[in-house]
Amino acid sequence: MTALVEFRDIVKTFGGVHAVQNVSLHLDEGEVLGLLGHNGAGKSTLIKILSGVFLADSGEILVNGQPAAIRSTRDAKALGIETIYQTLALSENLDAISNLFLGREIAGPLGFMNEEAMEEATGRTLARLKLRLPSLTRLVESLSGGQRQAVAIARAIHFNARVLIMDEPTAALGPEETQKVGELISQLASQGIGIILISHDIHDIFDLASRLAVMKNGRLVGTVTTSEVTKDDVLAMIIAGKMPQQGRG
Amino acid sequence: MNSLAVRARTISDRIALAAGLDVRLLGMLSVMAAVWLALHVLTGGLFLTPRNLFNLSLQVSVVGIITCGMVLVIVSRHIDLSVGSQIGFIGVLGALLQNSILPIDGGSTWWITSLAMLGAGLLIGLAQGLLVAYAGIPSFVVTLGGLLFFRNAAFYINSGVTIAPLNETFQLLGGGLDGTIGVFWSWIVCALAIAAVAFLVWRGRQRRSAHGMTRRSPGEYALLVLIWGLAIIGFTAVMNAYQQPKSDIGMGIPIPVLILIGVTIIMSAVARKHRFGRHVFAMGGNSESAELAGIDTRRLTVLVFVVMGLLCGLAAIVITARLNAGASVTGTMTELNVIAAAVIGGTSLAGGIGTVYGGIVGALIMQSLESGMILMGVPTPLQRMVLALVLIVAVWIDVVYRRARRS
Repeated sequence: MTALVEFRDIVKTFGGVHAVQNVSLHLDEGEVLGLLGHNGAGKSTLIKILSGVFLADSGEILVNGQPAAIRSTRDAKALGIETIYQTLALSENLDAISNLFLGREIAGPLGFMNEEAMEEATGRTLARLKLRLPSLTRLVESLSGGQRQAVAIARAIHFNARVLIMDEPTAALGPEETQKVGELISQLASQGIGIILISHDIHDIFDLASRLAVMKNGRLVGTVTTSEVTKDDVLAMIIAGKMPQQGRG
Repeated sequence: MNSLAVRARTISDRIALAAGLDVRLLGMLSVMAAVWLALHVLTGGLFLTPRNLFNLSLQVSVVGIITCGMVLVIVSRHIDLSVGSQIGFIGVLGALLQNSILPIDGGSTWWITSLAMLGAGLLIGLAQGLLVAYAGIPSFVVTLGGLLFFRNAAFYINSGVTIAPLNETFQLLGGGLDGTIGVFWSWIVCALAIAAVAFLVWRGRQRRSAHGMTRRSPGEYALLVLIWGLAIIGFTAVMNAYQQPKSDIGMGIPIPVLILIGVTIIMSAVARKHRFGRHVFAMGGNSESAELAGIDTRRLTVLVFVVMGLLCGLAAIVITARLNAGASVTGTMTELNVIAAAVIGGTSLAGGIGTVYGGIVGALIMQSLESGMILMGVPTPLQRMVLALVLIVAVWIDVVYRRARRS
């Protein structure tokens, strides 16, 4: 089976600092891949190369086996790669509908928007994801953390995403909302969407990810199948950069 | 908040919703009504007369046109300090064109000049926008430079000599004795405007129900049309009630006021219903998020300044035509009136928040205070001092309002 996304030998330096060094990694369809590492391990940089924020110095990215030229966030979105940033990157002075369609509004030939169509579509997407908001036309600044997360997830999913990147998806959420996001991740993966979860805390994603990739100092320590390792094994990978004796994935 | 306040707020929300207006605008209109009544009393009944309201509408048209653009500029978290100098420079340019290059009595002179002035505004906006967006120079600095540059360029290109008179057809664009559409056509415009409001309300309702959404009852839609219809009829009646000197012929709606109304409608639609406006609000609220959403914020910034420049060109046409002269001092200090109008109208200097129609109400309030004080015989320095205080109080109210809403 061709991997949904494949990183080949990715290198990225910032002013002489090797943020990402020769990383090769793949993501399959319907897979939940956890990407772990300390702050500064290079996980965010690697992901931002996939989402079009940064351009790699060398190496290539394959999507469905085809080399992909991702030069901007627009290019990434065109390939079905959507990112939910830790900050969520929502426009707080706009409502949920405007945020969901930001940059991709439904509009006529002159550029005037069809607000009714966008409102209806927003409602449908939220319902499909079993997410609830008090009002679609309320400004995002007045929504709770979980409700904002719902807007960000709906925005990522609405345009038929095939790859979903979530940066620290549950860090800002309470236990109940965390559980809900977890259920949602499984639901989306079962629909064939490839999901990358980024975290510096193993506890956040151990139960969600089927495979874990660990980075340290810009290098990939290795990947393991979650069911074959313990949390302590993974902690050792994160802290010492050592692969466990058994259970290589 | 206690329950009484909550109930009061729900009721005012409902009235505002029925009129298709937001609560804030309703508040501003109340302030304007209070200012008008107070000035009417203070001037001994001179303020709320057809003559004064006619002149007020004429005076507000130049500041109003520029304010429509300034709201977008401020919403995008920038500023344009050069607008006053731009209209001075473009005005001298247009007057020179009519008097030195084109035949002053030529039939095409008025529109060639107008197009050239709009083009000049567009180019100035493009240049300033490129410097802000791509060279990364703060808009405050670029347009402060523009303020100095264009004011002196206006002086330099004709050695400070005022150029007059101008083409007679061109003069109509500034209003004045013949620059109105007359009583008959004013009523025609009035009828068309009411028909347009009714049509838009009806179509909006159709579209909402086609998507299974209804927020208002038929009665509320009727009320909406009624409120707007009465406002339009009232405005037309006042403009027609002002008579030409020594005659009983009504003046009708001045051409610059029609231009202002057109610009307000278009810019409101662009700000609220167009993709471009939506992106401007997103960029002003959070530039980084807008960028991550795939919006080209640099290109957008250039476009905002281009629109601002175009509107300065239009305002320059109106003011030059009204003065019947191209003078290098035209538009001095206009930037302050325009920025004040936008801020009084609820545009947040922090970016991301504002409305075009709010800016127009702000311009009306500023202009009303100024003309009321002139009628009262308040000395000019004192007028300016009062307007300065009004600006500061308006921003203070804005700060308090936002803090209250957030909690």
